[in-house]
Amino acid sequence: MRPSSVLLVGIVKLLVGAYARWVGSAPGPAQRIYFANHTSHIDTLAIWSSLPRDLRRGTRPIAARDYWGKGFRKYLATKGFGAVLIDRARENPQSDPLDPLRTSLREGDSLIIFPEGTRGSTAVPAAFRSGLFRLASEFPTVELIPVYLDNLHRSLPKGALLPVPVVCTVRFGAPLARIADEAKEEFLARARDAVIALGRLA
Amino acid sequence: MKHFFEDIPVEFLWLFGSLMGLLAIASTIAAVLARRPADEKTTASRANLVERINAWWIMVAILAAAFLTGPTMTLVLFALASFFALREFITLTPSRAGDRLPLFLSFFVIIPAQYTLIGTAQYGLFAIFIPVYAFLLLPSIAAMRSDVEDFLSRSAKQQWGLMVTVYCLSHAPALLMLPLPQARNALLLFYLLLVVQMSDVMQYVFGKLFGKTKIAPLVSPSKTVEGFVGGGLAATVIGGAMWWITPFTPLQSAAISAIIVIMGFLGGLTLSAVKRSLGAKDWGVMIEGHGGMLDRTDSICFAAPVFFHVVRWFYT
Repeated sequence: MRPSSVLLVGIVKLLVGAYARWVGSAPGPAQRIYFANHTSHIDTLAIWSSLPRDLRRGTRPIAARDYWGKGFRKYLATKGFGAVLIDRARENPQSDPLDPLRTSLREGDSLIIFPEGTRGSTAVPAAFRSGLFRLASEFPTVELIPVYLDNLHRSLPKGALLPVPVVCTVRFGAPLARIADEAKEEFLARARDAVIALGRLA
Repeated sequence: MKHFFEDIPVEFLWLFGSLMGLLAIASTIAAVLARRPADEKTTASRANLVERINAWWIMVAILAAAFLTGPTMTLVLFALASFFALREFITLTPSRAGDRLPLFLSFFVIIPAQYTLIGTAQYGLFAIFIPVYAFLLLPSIAAMRSDVEDFLSRSAKQQWGLMVTVYCLSHAPALLMLPLPQARNALLLFYLLLVVQMSDVMQYVFGKLFGKTKIAPLVSPSKTVEGFVGGGLAATVIGGAMWWITPFTPLQSAAISAIIVIMGFLGGLTLSAVKRSLGAKDWGVMIEGHGGMLDRTDSICFAAPVFFHVVRWFYT
């Protein structure tokens, strides 16, 4: 582990704890897409820090290039937690923003994604966007693990500058079942329900 | 404050040596027990025992490191304990947008300030900083957001959190700044922690063996009259027998230990009531087998200020 990663994980644990609760799945080497609700800038780091150390290396969070792509943030994202930067703003209309994700999945990495696309301000996630569906159909053997981040919206909500230390848990659920020929909308609703169901476990 | 630690007393080494010996024996017994066949319930309580013993090992190791490296480390250690305890408290306390700045200040300004006041031995400001200044200014900052929803309830809960987890807890390392005739303040802190922990353990053991009459079943189902009386007397006797590391006579030491035991018991009971009124069973997941930082320090939070003032009043 790089010293910058150790420092980052330390700060995250000090601030929000980021305790992992595995309900329905266990930490393991299988290739996975973790998909979670998104309420705070610390979300990405919280999920990544909650994973066992040996899984962190092969698990890459997705981060928006428009926020994480410049200066110190870029250093943090790429050197600190090995993020895959995604072009949310679609600066080049020809390229598919999902391409960098496909590349890492092909290389065998696991991914952390936030299908809402942007941070919300409520405990219940907004509607999921289609990227998760497309990746799921293109990579049928990758496990889809729903994740619920509890309390993070209290630590550093959208629009806030100062973090408040609050104990946050990261709940990992059972892999989402694969249903042949499922329509996009049904799949996305089912994925979102899996995250919401984990949220009710508190 | 350097002189407090310049001569590490030989008693101190004896103490840590015997504590480590006891823990080694406990760990060996637990390891032997683990080999025997047992049903599910026994296995679970054995696992609980191992977790408790391991948590004690960690606490002794941290304490030894802190004592041996000097008062600054001890203060940093207690400041971190306050930080984690307050974090657990705030997690269970509802807050609104207007509370963010006061809460941020509580964690990142008030905790460092309170422990710096101890480090620089400013008793006067140490004693009033949180009850006067934090109490008046933090709600004022929240009031500027003009959000009156549950205002009194929110600020009262946050003030409770600060008082218990920062103000009260900081009285334990504050023992280091007392001008005692013989500078053996570190041993006094050790004495306080030992009596509080022994009282907790003995009450647990006596409760398991003889516990029948519950004291406050709705607040804390594990607290029984038999456990409290038996465990409390045992801890008082142990504390009395430790008079030689303190400025007290044996009888005074027993009486002061009894005060520590009673305050510690009240701390556990009262904070359990607070916890339950906030709708939780354990405060957090900080120390395995011990629920959380506040579950472990609740007795110290109540015992430390009273012990501090008894010593300050009668022995300085």
